[in-house]
Amino acid sequence: MFKALRMENDACTGCHQCEMMCSYGKVGAFNPAKSVMNISVFKGGAANIPSTCTQCEEAWCMVVCPVEAITVNSVTGAKEVSDEACVGCKVCTIACPFGAINYDADSGIVTKCDLCGGEPMCVEACPTPALAYVAEGSTGYEKMRSYAAAMIDLDDSPVQ
Amino acid sequence: MGWTGKILRVDLGAGSCASEPLNMEWAQAYMGQRGLATKYLIEETDPKVDPLSPENKMIFATGPLTGTIAPTSGRWSVVCKGPLTGAIACSNSGGFFGAELKNAGWDMIIFEGRSAGPVYLDISNDEAELKDASDLWGKSVWETETTLIQRRGDNDARVASIGLAGENGVLYAAVVNDMDRAAGRSGVGAVMGSKNLKAVVVRGTVGVTVKDPMAMMKTSNSAKEILAENAVTGEGLPTHGTQVLMNVINEIGALPTRNGHEVQFEGAHNISAEAMAEPRDSDGQANLVSNHACFGCPISCARRSKIDPSHFTVKDKPGYQIVGGGLEYEAAWALGAATGVDDLDALTYANFVCNEQGLDPISLGSTLGAAMDLYAAGSISSSDTDGIELEFGNTEAFVAMVEATARGEGFGKEIGQGSKRMCDKYGHPEFSMTVKSQEFPAYDPRGIQGMGLTYATSNRGACHLRSYTVSSEILGIPEKTDPLVTEGKAGLVKAFQDATAAVDSSGTCVFTTFALSGEDIAPMVAAACEGDWSVERFVEVGERIWNMERQYNIAAGFTGADDTLPERLLKDAAKSGSAEGAVNRLDEMLPEYYELRGWDVTGVPTAETLGRLGL
Repeated sequence: MFKALRMENDACTGCHQCEMMCSYGKVGAFNPAKSVMNISVFKGGAANIPSTCTQCEEAWCMVVCPVEAITVNSVTGAKEVSDEACVGCKVCTIACPFGAINYDADSGIVTKCDLCGGEPMCVEACPTPALAYVAEGSTGYEKMRSYAAAMIDLDDSPVQ
Repeated sequence: MGWTGKILRVDLGAGSCASEPLNMEWAQAYMGQRGLATKYLIEETDPKVDPLSPENKMIFATGPLTGTIAPTSGRWSVVCKGPLTGAIACSNSGGFFGAELKNAGWDMIIFEGRSAGPVYLDISNDEAELKDASDLWGKSVWETETTLIQRRGDNDARVASIGLAGENGVLYAAVVNDMDRAAGRSGVGAVMGSKNLKAVVVRGTVGVTVKDPMAMMKTSNSAKEILAENAVTGEGLPTHGTQVLMNVINEIGALPTRNGHEVQFEGAHNISAEAMAEPRDSDGQANLVSNHACFGCPISCARRSKIDPSHFTVKDKPGYQIVGGGLEYEAAWALGAATGVDDLDALTYANFVCNEQGLDPISLGSTLGAAMDLYAAGSISSSDTDGIELEFGNTEAFVAMVEATARGEGFGKEIGQGSKRMCDKYGHPEFSMTVKSQEFPAYDPRGIQGMGLTYATSNRGACHLRSYTVSSEILGIPEKTDPLVTEGKAGLVKAFQDATAAVDSSGTCVFTTFALSGEDIAPMVAAACEGDWSVERFVEVGERIWNMERQYNIAAGFTGADDTLPERLLKDAAKSGSAEGAVNRLDEMLPEYYELRGWDVTGVPTAETLGRLGL
């Protein structure tokens, strides 16, 4: 089974460490503008929402690409953009319902999350439980458990 | 690397912007931010300059670690001669603006002269342009920031601006960035206002590179691990914020109360971290909404709060029924204990006004406390204060006077001059809880002896962030010392001052030093920057900066006689708590401090000291 990024909005403090690490992996500089993991800040900083590509099973970006520049990594399941094949037509940026694939004017091609080959650097950087890399079938497990616990007024404690 | 190697020089008189190379020799000697910007100020201006004249310069400075993966890399500073003190001013801020400036490719911006009319500086990477700000003048920080971000159509742009306080020359006006982070102290916002500069908006997509990325990752990761495991930075500050101190400092009897008349406040619990988290009766909600991080910060100490919508301060004012920044400990103390007001929502409101109009809550609260002292002594009456009955603990009067000060109306104009000038004017200079005309913060030097020496010798006027000996004397970090004892405090203060100057100059946050030492921070600088950044050299740079700031102040006209404390702390004994019966014994610490510093008995660095430090 592949693994997926689990993003917990409530735990994110908006520190942008993930963006720095992600951009470093992408372009070799600490440059949040080049990160494909993005933290959106709302309510005066009280709500910080991490978002990036969720690696759709039926990935519309991949379906619409006219030059087959997007392929599936058989080890991680990530939909990866080939720098050589991409012609920068941007059709994938229109197809993606989430805005998770974007054109980078400096490189002339699109850029998206590739799960760093199975060791996501954003997860390594995150100082809170907001980002984790877990089995793709279990991203909602802990959230469901905490709601279940709340129903009988228990703490959301680890598996007992 | 680490440094971008570029300075943006903005001539406000000519309306021009120019790029120039960073002086790398100075960067090696003064690192960045606080140290390096002060070096530029000293080289380019006369220390006797009128702080509010065009001849004073104002520098926005990042450090070599600002914008890097180093934990707490969001720090930046505003450096100029301070109008409140007449001394060197360096006010440090967090948030996101500093990292954005660095990401745009600039180590610093040097503002010189004065614009004929209101302007703002618009920066996109290499491109910088002064633009007309006539429509923004008279607007708050919040309106200015929102307007500029909308105008650029880019949610990721960052803004630093002044509100009405900076425009009106309030002597402790702040420069506020990201809505509620502030270069708060010494009146740097008034200098910005005097230059007719309303705001700086910046968007940076160039990125920050470092000398040795692998070493940067390794040193940063180990620093992050230490921060996460530490009780203060991994637990206390994220959970309770700086407000964790309110009950602690009150219980030991070092919470300056009602303008320093007492050292314990009966209402302390009502304005504490614990009270912020308690659901209130009216709507079941707590004042505290969440914590929040500055750029690159794993500690996340900042508070986000919401005032009870039915509270008299915000009823029918939807603009304040928002989630906003604060309360932090210093603000809660100054606005609360120093004035005797223990209404949490009223203090949160006053703090919102400080964010909105760009005021330093420490100086504001302390000055209000001094005004209440004058009122109690009969030196001023309600005929001076526009009918406001300025009694200690009068919440309505407190709120009215905060608003008047922010808007520059009536007696608020006197409050806006700070407690030193106000108390002088009304014949009671001894009522002013200041050093070098700057109001001291939330630690009473009668109960924490080292903080007396800290305040007395701080180069920017009374301040806790120049040597936070509370860390040792109360929290036991790095080792516990007795807060009531003076022995050893001279050395402690010197060590904290030098280390803090170095940390500030790196572009990271002094809060890391609860957990990290030079052994952890210097290697991050070494990974980012060319040159020798051993621990020894890191601390030596801190000592050089401290002495350089001292030299600036001496040239500005300060002497050893200014290294003192308000009489109340030296003569009136603490009335309760662990220090009951005690005063601050500055005279037992100051001569030893001068000696350890390598200064003569009048507090002037000797030729030998200056030579040793290359000054």
